[in-house]
This record gives sequence, structure tokens and C-alpha cells, in this order.
Amino acid sequence: MPNTTIFSAKKIITMNPSRPEASHVAVRDGRILGVGSLEELATWGDYTLDTRFEDKVLMPGFVEGHAHAMEGSLWAKVYCGWFDRADPNGKLWMGVKSVDAVVERLQEAEAVLEDATTPLSGWQLDPIYMDNTTVTRADLDRVSTTRAVGVLHASGHIMNVNTKALELAGMLKQGLNHPGIPLGADGFPTGELKGPEVMTPVGPFVGYERNMLDADETGLRNFAKLCVRTGTTTITDLASRMDDDAVDVMLRVTNEPNYPVRLMPFRFFMGLSAKELIVAVLAFKKRSTDRLRLGQIKIVVDGSIQGFSARLRWPGYHNGAPNGLWYIAPEHLSELLHLALEAGLQVHTHTNGDQATQLVLEKLGPALQAHPNPDHRFTLQHCQLADAAQFRTAAKLGMCVNLFANHHFYWGDEHYALTVGPDRATRMNACRTALDSGMPMAIHSDAPVTPLGPLFTAWAAVNRITASGRVQGEEERIQVHEALWAITMGAAYTLHLDGEIGSIETGKKADFAVLEVDPTACDPMLLKDIGVWGTVQGGRIFPAASL
Amino acid sequence: MRQDIPVIVIGGYLGAGKTTLLNHLLRHADGRKIAILVNEFGDLPIDADLIEAKDDEMIAISGGCICCSFGSDMTAALIKLAQLDSAPDYVVIEASGVAMPGAVAASISFLDGFNLGGVVVLADSERIRAQAADEYLGDTMLRQISDADLIVQTKIDLISSDVVQDVRDWLGSANPKAQVVATAQGRLPPEVILGVEMVAGQPQASAHADAGYESRVFSEIPPCDPIKLAKSLATGAVGIIRAKGFVADQAGQNWLIQIVGERFDVTLAKAKEHIAVVCIGRKGALKTGAIGVMFAGDAD
Repeated sequence: MPNTTIFSAKKIITMNPSRPEASHVAVRDGRILGVGSLEELATWGDYTLDTRFEDKVLMPGFVEGHAHAMEGSLWAKVYCGWFDRADPNGKLWMGVKSVDAVVERLQEAEAVLEDATTPLSGWQLDPIYMDNTTVTRADLDRVSTTRAVGVLHASGHIMNVNTKALELAGMLKQGLNHPGIPLGADGFPTGELKGPEVMTPVGPFVGYERNMLDADETGLRNFAKLCVRTGTTTITDLASRMDDDAVDVMLRVTNEPNYPVRLMPFRFFMGLSAKELIVAVLAFKKRSTDRLRLGQIKIVVDGSIQGFSARLRWPGYHNGAPNGLWYIAPEHLSELLHLALEAGLQVHTHTNGDQATQLVLEKLGPALQAHPNPDHRFTLQHCQLADAAQFRTAAKLGMCVNLFANHHFYWGDEHYALTVGPDRATRMNACRTALDSGMPMAIHSDAPVTPLGPLFTAWAAVNRITASGRVQGEEERIQVHEALWAITMGAAYTLHLDGEIGSIETGKKADFAVLEVDPTACDPMLLKDIGVWGTVQGGRIFPAASL
Repeated sequence: MRQDIPVIVIGGYLGAGKTTLLNHLLRHADGRKIAILVNEFGDLPIDADLIEAKDDEMIAISGGCICCSFGSDMTAALIKLAQLDSAPDYVVIEASGVAMPGAVAASISFLDGFNLGGVVVLADSERIRAQAADEYLGDTMLRQISDADLIVQTKIDLISSDVVQDVRDWLGSANPKAQVVATAQGRLPPEVILGVEMVAGQPQASAHADAGYESRVFSEIPPCDPIKLAKSLATGAVGIIRAKGFVADQAGQNWLIQIVGERFDVTLAKAKEHIAVVCIGRKGALKTGAIGVMFAGDAD
């Protein structure tokens, strides 16, 4: 006789429209045996009643459809961000609000390092909130002159280093002529390095190796801890370079008995030709396990809006900056879409600017005519500037969208004033329009770009508050139940996992987010503050307090 | 101490003829050890009969050349190349079809052991004007062209000579500071792409198999202001595609001058050198008389 556990809860929000609420859920072999009243579930035979969630609210485990496992690895470094942020062990790091405060925090970390030459690295610096103050090597020299110090910006595209780091990398010299290496009055680099190609030579000396995209073992475990703390039971790594070693590491770690999350890495398109990529990803797909879902492709079409590298349609950037960069040639994109459809592999495309989105729509149409697949669920990731016509076309093409719904909070004021101007900033990440156009929709954090936190992302989509406290785009706000759908069923659908996860429903995985407060009954402004007790994943119980 | 390795960045959109040009270059390497860096091997740029051995990251090519794939990390690949026991004489980077070759070139500038040997951008004679007007690609194509020191107008055998001239004029106006050379099947002399060859530390004039180009050696060069001289050679509209050689200043110090298009580079020589400069240009367009006047110091 298999073991059945019946959990009682203050309330179970199932996200199953046929039975939206219940008091009990029965779990057998890691799956949901049934949802309903105790009497109904008792008809399955012997059971153990577990009342630990009696004063909690259960939801389906949250699904994060766009994050990066490197968030887990970054926490081995010193947090230098503007906003308060909780680490994998639950410690809340207060945001640092000035260059002096950044230096002070690094000094504290430096003081406990024993070896005199160990590099010190920090992350998530965002001078945009400090009136774009430039951090110099002189600032970081106050941390150490004997060890290399490097701080990565929140964008991931800029790094500040100290004099020692420049010296070790052979870059402490005059006469360098590169737009990514600002020079001081003395003709030497200021220590600010803009762009991956100038960061690479220094990276290894300051603790940032070149394969930063791939999380190490500890990083993967830390990533999972963050998931438990935020109620997340399935998460993507979008994208991974996924060489064989990286896949082996992911298989080994996710297979550990107490690994609490289902990981879905997407293979980054760069580095292989279209045909080779398809072969490689088909081979990965065969190695999938329940907790490591392999076999998807991520294509990056353009850059970022705040970095002015996204591709925009007319009238372009509000401040007159030249249009952004393509990261894939249109023919290459088209070839990949054709081949992936033919091979039955799913593709998610990063498009920030509306011109990049338009290119994907135009290339996918003919590819679908050549290789019809009514259920491809190719997904527009970020898709921040799409207008209503683009959402309508995308819906017709059978696409899904995963909008960067918390972006307004972090950069909404910048977009309004600088990058795209008031009008388009107001319609950015247009959740209302996407849903009204019939698009299957998810919302995401893009962690580590912004902190992992499905309830925070839901709060952002519902309220659209910017960092300065303005409501930006009130017409694009969505209802709480729609936002909750987006972080569960919506995201599961974009991953082709809606038959397995995303709702608390017979036959699905026993994946739950265990909440202290009912998100459907609280003030929508408090969604982000709801306490998360932990998760249940595949029937295994993970209290955040004992991670 | 080893000389800096010249790095040539080859840009241009898909189908512009980069693969054909690279293969022609490898077939006529003529003892030069060339390392070609590509994003990926996928649409293998190297003709099969040239390949001696291949693994995941490197292809060995007859004549001592190699081809390496760098995925998304070019800087790391260059650092690795510089550490090879048998370092290449030249590095040629094939930039991806939508990359900005100027940005790729800029990232060479701070790498020890390398020296930018020019940005060469290929333009398909048949398609470039339509590409430059394309809604999605137009600005990218124009930015690529404006990044060039040398524009190679390819596939001229597929269109009439009138159109060749029209496209050439258009390219010239899209980037007035670049030299434009036209070719079919990528048949350009290696020194046009790579720069003047150095043998035993001295620039060599070569006899061109292709009758369309000529090399001239200028050796009657009195002491001069090297930067001023290099600038007038590069920008004086005297038809120089590439030039390289040593001159002396008034104080007797020797300087290495390198020119491609309007880009010039003047560096202090490490020792006393034989004073001579080799200039390459299209036959008939290389204004040897005017160049001689510049070397004689009578330009102004």
C-alpha cells in the first residue's frame, strides 16, 4: 500500500478553475492524489494527516520562467546593490546608498580575508541611483592596494576595479584607446571597464572567471535556496552555455536527494552553428530528469533598453541615442527557427526593443508555414516595448510572452525620462494588453538582474509603482488573480509544463508555495511583503527556516 | 622581445564573401603563419583540402596556419593565441555578420602583444545598397562600412562594370576615409589584406601575381617628423592602400610607420633599422610622384 499524506491548510488556492479553493490536498509518490475536503480525500484509503500547514496558505509552487543560475554564484561575492536584498541564507543585506558605503562594505569583507592576495569581488553596483556617480580605482584602492578588487554592475556589462587589478591585467598604462576604457586626467584608466571584451582580461584577477553564465555546484545549491525562500519550485536558467561539464554538474547537483527545485536550463544559441546547435540540444534532451529539464534553446536578438543596445522602431531612443545592436543576423534567426520547429525543440527569444520583437514575428510566420506546429509555444522573453498590434500577431502565431513586469520598479523612472520617453514608458511590459490580446503570459525577474521573487514581480504587475513611487501605466495594471496565474500556470505554460505543474490538481507534481498570508485577500500593495514559509517540491518539505 | 602581432578584423554581412576571401588568403599565405579566429566552425569557412587536422577548438591548416573558434569570448581566445609557443605572424578575426567591426577592433587596442592591422569590411556589389536600405539591417550595414579602413567590394564578376563603378562611388561616399578595392572570388594579394610583409624585420616589396596592384619601395627618406609624414601619406589622397616601413626623426631615432586607409600608426622602433617604406596601391592609382615628394619632405 503506497503512503498517502493529506495536508490540511488554512486555505489552498489551487489555480484550477474547476475547483479554485480547498482545505486539504493528498500527496502520494510526490504527486497530487487529490484536492478537496478531508472526507473526500479519505476515500483513497489509509493516510497520514499532516497539520503543519494548518495556519498557512498553499499555492502551487511558483514557476520562474526567466532567471539565471549565476544568481546563486554571485552570492559568494559582496553584495553592493542599491536595494535591500536577501541572500540564500536568509540574511537581508541593506542596500548601499553611496560610494563611501560601497567602499565601507567592501572594507568589512576585506578585513576578514586571511591571504594577502585573494581577490575581492562585489556585485550589483548601480550608480544610476547615485546620480550616475563614477566609481574610480582610487575609491576601490581604499579597500586594498595589495589585492585585486572588482565590482560588477547590476547590468552585468560594466565593472569597476582597483589599481592592483589593472596592474595584474597589464592594463595600468597610458595611451589606451578604447571607448570602454575611460581614462583619467593622468592618462591612466580610471578603473571603469565597460563591455564584456574589456572586462574579460581583468575578470580572472578579481574573481570573475569567463564562464560566469554557468553556476558552479555551490552556486546551484544557493540558487535553489533562494527558490525555497521565494516559494519557487520550478525555475529556468536562461541561458546556459551548457558544455558537457556544465551539464554534468547540473545533473549531479539537481539529483542530490534534497535538491528542492526543478531546473530548466536553456542552451544559449551562440558558439555553435544553427545545425550544430540543434544536434547538441537534441542530445541534451535525452539526458533530462524530473529535476533537470534539458532541450530548449534561448536566442538573444538585441540588447537592453537602459543600455541603449535594444533595437527600437521609429522614433528610436528618446534622448537621440543611435539604435541598438543585433546579436543575431536575421537569416541566422530564421534558420534557427526553421530547424528548431522541424526538430520539435522549443525556442525562447530575448527581444527588448520593439524592432527586435517585430523581426521575430516576421521570421516565425514563414517558418511555421514551412514546419506547422500548432503547439510550439515559442516565447517572447522580456518583449518590453511590444505594442498591441505585435501582441495580436504574436497571439495569432501561437506565441507566448514572458514580460519583465518588475522593470518599472527598478528602471521605470529612467525609461520615462531618458530611454523611451513618457508615452512608451507607460506602455512598457503591457500585461493588460497582452492578456486582452489572448496571449499566454508569464512575468519574470531575470534574476540576478533583479531579485528572484515571484510575489514581488506579481506586485509590480498589479501596481506598476516605480522606484520614485509613481504609478507608471495604470491602464496596463492587471488583477491579483491574473498576476498569480502568471507566476504559476502562465509560466508553466510557456515551458510546456502546464500538464505537470502550475496548479494544485490531481495527477500533478506535489509542488506548493507555503505562504503566511492569503494573497487573494490582502491589500494588493502588500503582495510583495507576504511571508514565505518555504516550499513543498515533489512531495518533499522544505522549510526556509532550516535551509 | 617579440613584435606585436598584427590583427586584422574582417567585417561584413552574411554572404559578403568573407569565406571566399579567407580561403584565398590561406592558399596564398606563402609561408606566413596566419591564425583565423571565427565565432564558430559551423558553416566551416575553411576549404576541406586545406585542413590537416581538426578538434573542437582548432583546425590545423597546411602551411602552418590555424583556424580557431572562439564562441562568444574573443578576448580569451586572443590571450590564448599569444601564449602559444609558435605564435602566428598574423591574426585575422572574422567578425559576425551583425557585429560592429570597429568595436571588435577597439578591443584589440588594450591587449598586450597585439597591434591592430586594420579593419577590412566586405561589401557584396550586388546586394550592399539594398542591404543599406533594409529596415532592419540598414543602419548596421552603414555603421560597418564607416568602421572600415579598407572596403573590399566583392563579386564584381556578377555585375556590369558600370554598376561596379556606381557601387564603388557609393561606398566611397559612405566612408570617404577608407580605400575601396574591388575583387571577384576574393582574389586580393595577401599584403592588401594583411599588410606589408616583414622579412628579417624589414618590410618587403613583393611582386604581385595580380597585375592590378603594385608595391613601391621608397628609401630616399631624409630625417622627418614621423607622425606628420604618416598623416600626410594616409590622408593625402595618393592612393596608398597599405604602407609600412621605418623612418628616422631629426634626433636620429627610428620609427615604424604603418598605414591602412586613413588609419596610421607610428611607434618608436626598438633598434636602428634600415630606412625604407613600402607602399601598396592599385596600379595606376598609386601616385608615386606625389608620394616621393612627401618622403622628400617638400610636401608643404
